[in-house]
Amino acid sequence: MSATADTTTGGNSHVGRSLRRKEDPRLITGRSRYVDDISLPGTLYVAFVRSPEAHARIGSIDTSAAKARPGIVAVYTGEDMDAGGPMPVAWAPPGVTLNTPEHYPLAKGTVNHVGDPVAAVIGIDRYAVVDAAEDVLVDLEPLPVVMDMEEALKDEVVIHESLGTNKSHEWSLGGGDVEAGLREADVVVERRIVNHRVSGAAIEPRAVLAEYRAGNLTIWSSTQVPHFLRNIVAALLGISADRVRAIAPEVGGGFGSKLQIYGEEIFCAWAASKLNHPVKWVATRSDDMATMHHGRDQIAYVRMGAKRDGTITAFHTKIIADLGAYHMLLTPSIPSFGGFVMSGVYTFPAVQTDVIGVLTNKFPTDAIRGAGRPEATHMIEVTMDQMAAELGMDPLELRRKNFIPPHNEPHETVIGVVYDSGNHEGTLDKLMEHVDVAGFRQEQERLRSEGVHRGIGFCTYTEVCGVAPTRVFGPPGFGVQGGGWESGMVRVNTNGSVTVYTGTSPHGQGHETGFAQIVADRLGVDPQQVEVIHGDTATGPEGLDTYGSRTLAVGGEAVARAAEKVARKAKSIVAHQLEAAAEDIEVRGGKFQVKGSPDKAMSMAEIAGEAYVPLNLPEGMEPGLEEIAFYDPENFVFPFGAHACVVDVDPDTGKVKIVRYVAVDDCGPAINPLLIDGQVHGGVAQSIGQALYEQVVYDDQGQLVTGTFVDYALPTAAEMPSFETDRTETPSPTNTLGVKGVGEAGTIAATAAVTNAVIDALRPLGVGYIDMPLTPMRVWQAIHSDAGPRSTEQGRALDEHGGGAAGSGPTSPTEGGAQ
Amino acid sequence: MSTVHVALTVNGERHELDVEPRLLLVHLIRDRLGLTGTHVGCDTSNCGACTVHLDGEAVKSCTVLAVQADGAEIKTIEGMASPDGTLHPLQEAFWNDHALQCGYCTPGMIMSAADLLQRNPNPSEEEVRHGLEGNLCRCTGYHNIVRAVQDAAKGNVGGASAHPPGMSEQGRENIEALESGLGA
Repeated sequence: MSATADTTTGGNSHVGRSLRRKEDPRLITGRSRYVDDISLPGTLYVAFVRSPEAHARIGSIDTSAAKARPGIVAVYTGEDMDAGGPMPVAWAPPGVTLNTPEHYPLAKGTVNHVGDPVAAVIGIDRYAVVDAAEDVLVDLEPLPVVMDMEEALKDEVVIHESLGTNKSHEWSLGGGDVEAGLREADVVVERRIVNHRVSGAAIEPRAVLAEYRAGNLTIWSSTQVPHFLRNIVAALLGISADRVRAIAPEVGGGFGSKLQIYGEEIFCAWAASKLNHPVKWVATRSDDMATMHHGRDQIAYVRMGAKRDGTITAFHTKIIADLGAYHMLLTPSIPSFGGFVMSGVYTFPAVQTDVIGVLTNKFPTDAIRGAGRPEATHMIEVTMDQMAAELGMDPLELRRKNFIPPHNEPHETVIGVVYDSGNHEGTLDKLMEHVDVAGFRQEQERLRSEGVHRGIGFCTYTEVCGVAPTRVFGPPGFGVQGGGWESGMVRVNTNGSVTVYTGTSPHGQGHETGFAQIVADRLGVDPQQVEVIHGDTATGPEGLDTYGSRTLAVGGEAVARAAEKVARKAKSIVAHQLEAAAEDIEVRGGKFQVKGSPDKAMSMAEIAGEAYVPLNLPEGMEPGLEEIAFYDPENFVFPFGAHACVVDVDPDTGKVKIVRYVAVDDCGPAINPLLIDGQVHGGVAQSIGQALYEQVVYDDQGQLVTGTFVDYALPTAAEMPSFETDRTETPSPTNTLGVKGVGEAGTIAATAAVTNAVIDALRPLGVGYIDMPLTPMRVWQAIHSDAGPRSTEQGRALDEHGGGAAGSGPTSPTEGGAQ
Repeated sequence: MSTVHVALTVNGERHELDVEPRLLLVHLIRDRLGLTGTHVGCDTSNCGACTVHLDGEAVKSCTVLAVQADGAEIKTIEGMASPDGTLHPLQEAFWNDHALQCGYCTPGMIMSAADLLQRNPNPSEEEVRHGLEGNLCRCTGYHNIVRAVQDAAKGNVGGASAHPPGMSEQGRENIEALESGLGA
């Protein structure tokens, strides 16, 4: 696909190229440094003693045997920590009062989920501390547990005595008259849609190294958010933030689960200052499965109304969200992020989202790739297919009938969210270039006669990303005590090479390459001459890190603006040197040249020479060649797309196989198509993982059943198809690059496409609806249940019984009673 | 705790160390020899991030005791490129094809892929996918990894010296002849 030419770059066309990544040489040769690869002299190791109970009162803790072991330096409990808590909730949905239980890096008084840390053992060897942790004797008095979120709402067992209720909060966002819309409708579809709990499961487990020297704390962490970490460590430990340096070195994946401040990070920082030794903790996978925040875990009661002709009249969702035992950094906000896109890509005249947050004895949920928007999109897009079936209408025709018309200027939805630009017909038309639906239907008929059950499913989505405008995310909105801007700093070095500092903090995305391309075009240099520095609060300007697909749309824009400032100064220097007007200088062919006179030109190295040996600069110009830009967007950006999935379902085993997956995404003009495709591949795979395989399961006593990668079914290469990707490019009017975000698109779109495909395959077998994860057992049970496809009335009856796989009877015991 | 004397060769360099009998090979490689390119991603031998070659075969070094490697030849990701810095064809292919994002699984993935190509120099897509089942990646959806392994096998890595690992020029010629005979 051709890239959009950037007219401002004067023919330097690094933007839009599939440039292979600048990051990769160190990564493919084993020369990179993740946290656990960093060693400091005298480092001590930490092992945490974790609760085996889901809910218990902490009695005595006997640490004497552990302390007596050779090589053990200290053992701490919650009572020993004289600083470091309670852990903060940074973002709360606007306008709500939260019931927030206190929690600390080491539990105080009670434990409220399996894995809650009750003590920490510190010693000179990473094996010795694990041995010693076994010797810490903890007296736990078990308390009643509540694992089912709807049970928890009854408050028969109250987890946190101080709150007196398990209800965290309620939040609503709506527009139009939903009840009137449902009354006007000819058909109303009601479903109970379960979006189960998942793990981010980055392959690098969490790791922290903290060092305290002469009043200065340095903390290396496998985190997405070093700037947040610096601020929160400083606040919790009572250290001035300028004395704290947080570094995210190479980070081995995040997927939202490292958009968090973990108690283990705070503990290591505290212990390093207490012991005057570097302190390191590296999570095991079991640690991460139990105590790295989970995602999703919502039950949605949806109601959609439509006229016979397919005009949707109203969409209402009541979301019950299982927040787990505590509020972490964004926990209560996640379902609300879904509420912002509950109009989908449609002109629904009435939309209402009502969220109820519930506390249970599980680990907290928080942002996992997509954060609320995958759940919302699943609700909308699965319900659209359910409605199409009720109406006897083609699902794509139903979508097209309700699409927001193409718009290059902002479009306000009925709930007041303003989409920047969109062309949903366009992405769907592009998808249809790859998918011959009519031909598929013929093939499907033929295969059915041979006993092969093939189905096709679609999802047309939009999402809100590019977090964030301060006016929405700052103190008046989500209550973040800061802004939503991002910074970029561009320094031309004395030899004409360029160093870029960004406040965003990557964990695999390719910032160093994409940002280098943006800067290279603006400064007439090769991307190989542009180094991008990130993830260190002691270098470059203030920043706000990486999450919510904000890197390019916010961070990239800031970098582009800083580069433009440098280019303007460079043009003035060149104009002065070559006795031309600054307006007549353009960047072309790797030089700053006088328009129309290629022989009158200066390279960046020559310009840098003049800037740093300031003997002949324009009157009054400061020496040097570096600029900073801060960028606070006016609005979010709203990427969108159309995905199709083809599956085969084996009715004898219930096994689902992905036959094809086609993704058409629009994230504005491409900076680097290679990186975009990579993000889509990974996002779709993660979402297919949720749809078919992955599930965090607790039993009814709160024991984590999926505590390792043996039990938590992360997809392997053998389960994944090859992906087909394509794009359309609708520029965003929000930023000058026109870019949107693409990091979360795949996870937002794919669960609905997969689920719709499976239902399409199963309809002739009497299955009209089924919840994820679409495991063989669940699919088999759905096929072999007596209940036929659900009409509206049947749906209601099943809803009252809380059926997981509707029309399929109870879910299997091995799938857990309390997910 | 008592220790055991272990002698082994890692990336061509001989090492003799005294280790705890329970020390895992991956910790010997990382913590004692400082070769931190080999990673640890799970506790259950599922993820494959720790994959190295032991006497020419891929093993998960979190599942091998250091004492079991006594006398062995080990190769890690740091030993894959030539001493002059020329990348191994798989490294080159991973780079060209954007077969990595966060890079954490990459060393293990490359070591497993190299082992696969030694056993099967020209694998089909299906064979690559099954061959890499023991290595988990969360970033790429495996799409570009599979492509990179096949590109490395075919020598599609852009460099004149690019040829599959462990394959002689004669072997490559044989495969090319076979492919052309099959009309591939």
